Amino acid sequence: MATEFKNEEELVKKFLNETTLFLGPEPDFMQDHTLASITEREKVAIRNADPSVLSVTRSKMQAGTNESFEMLEQIGAAPGAKWGDLISCLFTAKGDLSIVSSGGVLLFAACVQYGVKYIVKHWLNDPDVGVKPGDIFYYNDARYGGVHNTDQVLIMPYFHEGELIAWISTIVHEGENGAVEPGGMPSAAEQVYDQGLAISPIKIGENYQFYKDIVTFFQNSVREPKLMVVDLKAKLYAALRIEQRVAEAIEEYGVDPVIAVLRKTLDDTVDEVKRRVSQWPDGTVRMMGVADSTLRENCLIKVNLELKKKGDVLTLDFRGSSPEFANRPNNAVTSALKGTLGQLFLSYVWPDLPRNQAVLAPMEVIVDEKSVFNPSFEVPNSQSMMTMWPAFSVTQAALAKFLYNSPEKSTNVIAPWYNMITTCIYGGVTQHGETVGNLCADLNGMSGGARDGMDGEHSIAPLFAPMAEQGEQEQIEEEVPIIQLSRRIMKDNQGFGQYRGGQGYQMFLTQQDSDFFGFMTTTIGSKYPSAHGIFGGYGAPTYPLCKIKGVNVFDVLKNEPEKMAFTTEEIMNNQPLEDATYSTHHTGLQFELAEEGEIYIITQGAGGGYGDVLDRDPNMVMKDVEEDLISQTTANDIYKVFYDPETLVLDWETTEVTRKKEREARKKRGVPFNEFINNWVTEKPAEHLPFYGSWSDRSVVYAGSTEKIMEEGKLKSVMMPNPKDVQISKLEKEIQSLKK
Amino acid sequence: MKTNMTEYLAIDLESELWCCRKCEHELASARGNYKEGLLVYDRDPREIHKPIINPDLYEYTFAPDPEWCRILEYYCPNCATQIEVEYLPPGHPPMFDMEFDIDSLKERYLERKGQKA
Repeated sequence: MATEFKNEEELVKKFLNETTLFLGPEPDFMQDHTLASITEREKVAIRNADPSVLSVTRSKMQAGTNESFEMLEQIGAAPGAKWGDLISCLFTAKGDLSIVSSGGVLLFAACVQYGVKYIVKHWLNDPDVGVKPGDIFYYNDARYGGVHNTDQVLIMPYFHEGELIAWISTIVHEGENGAVEPGGMPSAAEQVYDQGLAISPIKIGENYQFYKDIVTFFQNSVREPKLMVVDLKAKLYAALRIEQRVAEAIEEYGVDPVIAVLRKTLDDTVDEVKRRVSQWPDGTVRMMGVADSTLRENCLIKVNLELKKKGDVLTLDFRGSSPEFANRPNNAVTSALKGTLGQLFLSYVWPDLPRNQAVLAPMEVIVDEKSVFNPSFEVPNSQSMMTMWPAFSVTQAALAKFLYNSPEKSTNVIAPWYNMITTCIYGGVTQHGETVGNLCADLNGMSGGARDGMDGEHSIAPLFAPMAEQGEQEQIEEEVPIIQLSRRIMKDNQGFGQYRGGQGYQMFLTQQDSDFFGFMTTTIGSKYPSAHGIFGGYGAPTYPLCKIKGVNVFDVLKNEPEKMAFTTEEIMNNQPLEDATYSTHHTGLQFELAEEGEIYIITQGAGGGYGDVLDRDPNMVMKDVEEDLISQTTANDIYKVFYDPETLVLDWETTEVTRKKEREARKKRGVPFNEFINNWVTEKPAEHLPFYGSWSDRSVVYAGSTEKIMEEGKLKSVMMPNPKDVQISKLEKEIQSLKK
Repeated sequence: MKTNMTEYLAIDLESELWCCRKCEHELASARGNYKEGLLVYDRDPREIHKPIINPDLYEYTFAPDPEWCRILEYYCPNCATQIEVEYLPPGHPPMFDMEFDIDSLKERYLERKGQKA
């Protein structure tokens, strides 16, 4: 009997070992952002390399990725491709990302290696799939390494005389992907199955040709089948340009320098990151931030960070942050968080480093399972940006406190960039009768944070792509029925400080010539600012979505143009269009149909301020007044700068006296810290706050109320009620009380 | 023997004290929280980020919700420089945001000055 049982047990074990139900993204694999072990082949190639040959080989390969980027920007059909939301890159044979185009979405540089490594791990030696020259692989499921499923990744192996020596990839934010809402980034997604096409890394072609059956399946899965096929081809041809340049490099310099460059670039980056981190003071910096919305409802979602630095090791510990949301898409897969951190270091801390994933390799990142930064396989992530970019800002503000003391800096110390994608995502039928679902390039108009010695730049670039553009509005209007009635820098929309943050522009959006067209907006920060200031500087203000419905603005402009106003302040406060309804909302707007001429107003945010407002040079305040960036009220109340409003001549004496009085007032109203916290600090969040995350003790995590408590390390998913049910319940109670 | 840590804060490595860089006022032990040497003011965020549109008409106005968010302003008790600003939900403990290894800082300072091999 015992022998039989043993045999049966062995049989079950054998069956389990030989049978795989499902090849998912293994959690350990997806958490590992280190480099693969160096191979003997790479060691030999590096040992034999002449440094001068390596230098020119590397330049050639870098130029190849840059050329591919430029090409893809020109031939790509997706709006994201046209405005630079893409990237071209080269990996080692083991799948570590080594060389990235100089333009584009740098955060991909620290998160798409997982997809390549998945192919290496599972398909390279698989008898059914395999990898051979001319094969084309593809994926978009962010759970395999990405930000959200709207980003689509084409991958090709590079072989030299039968030896796999590299991987090539081209990635584009494609937009439409067949999700529950148009445009590829649904905020209404309550499950992963609402997020549209979810392609794990698979082979979609061979001999440089796509499989027609697979392409047909993709096209049938999305609202824009033409876009799907055009950009598959665009990504393929852009990848082939890199392949051509690598082949030329091999022909000119030999295969060993190419192998050596790909690996040595990574190892050199690791060494240099360690050298630079070692210059920072040893210690701990802590910072927190709040994401104030899931995009369906307002709530306080905590981002908690403890940065520890000792020697050449930096640890980023996000424990104590909010638990994951089971039915909201604001969960950031860890690869998205790490891509964000890679972007931060490569763009804002060490922009002179080679751009690759190795920037994070010597760092440690700690995230709790089932937190918003390490969510379960089952929860949606299509709006991961709503937590990963607050994490970007929190980390950026915290890093300033290490960097200031560093004897060597590659950039000025900088306050956080604005961090939200303020634009309209759209869907419907265009004036040309085409069904579309995508987004406008205004998301690229984020404002810069103030720096040590310099004001921030207005609406300059998105935090995720320093060389992206905001697009040509006229070109957009030719393709889709979106009209921007007004687009101007908004007065007083400023992160105040000794050096002020850049200011964002306001957009009046409407649609014309479509019977079926609508908008979404997907940003947080309507009740609680999302971007911070540093060293006494203030953060960004908050931003509403304003709607003016029940009116056709084109009729107004034709018949009564004098009634129209083009600032939010004027049109919302004066309500000059009599028959219209005016309302404000948080900026998580699920897809909503807009009638022709109805107005939606959104505002690009401000970068954070740097330093004390009373230290701002009064002449710089006056320059902002002259440029109509700030009002007299702001100059007087915030900066304590006074001037003649007629001549704009600065009144030095009043300014000096008022600033002195303000300093005295600060001393009077300020309370000693220990006395202050005795009255201020509460044991737990106030009853009225829907707070998610730790409060005073990191090990105790709240999940929306003081009754719902979780333990650090044992977090659970939070299920949110439907906001409409919440509203109905509230109204029913009101009806009941009225009946009584 | 001072080393600058932020725009307004330095650490005196001899006395092991946080100091204001504007007025050199000694604030608190460098091995502890510099905030303990500062004055704090609980600011209604609407006073800094003022409503641009009429709060009597609209719920969302460009001003943060004071029930959800407060601004803690930290001043030097001597020169009143605004050394730090912290946005927090009401009642949330202020962050112990900078805790440096003073012994290591001393060592690095001396190394940089060439006073130690």
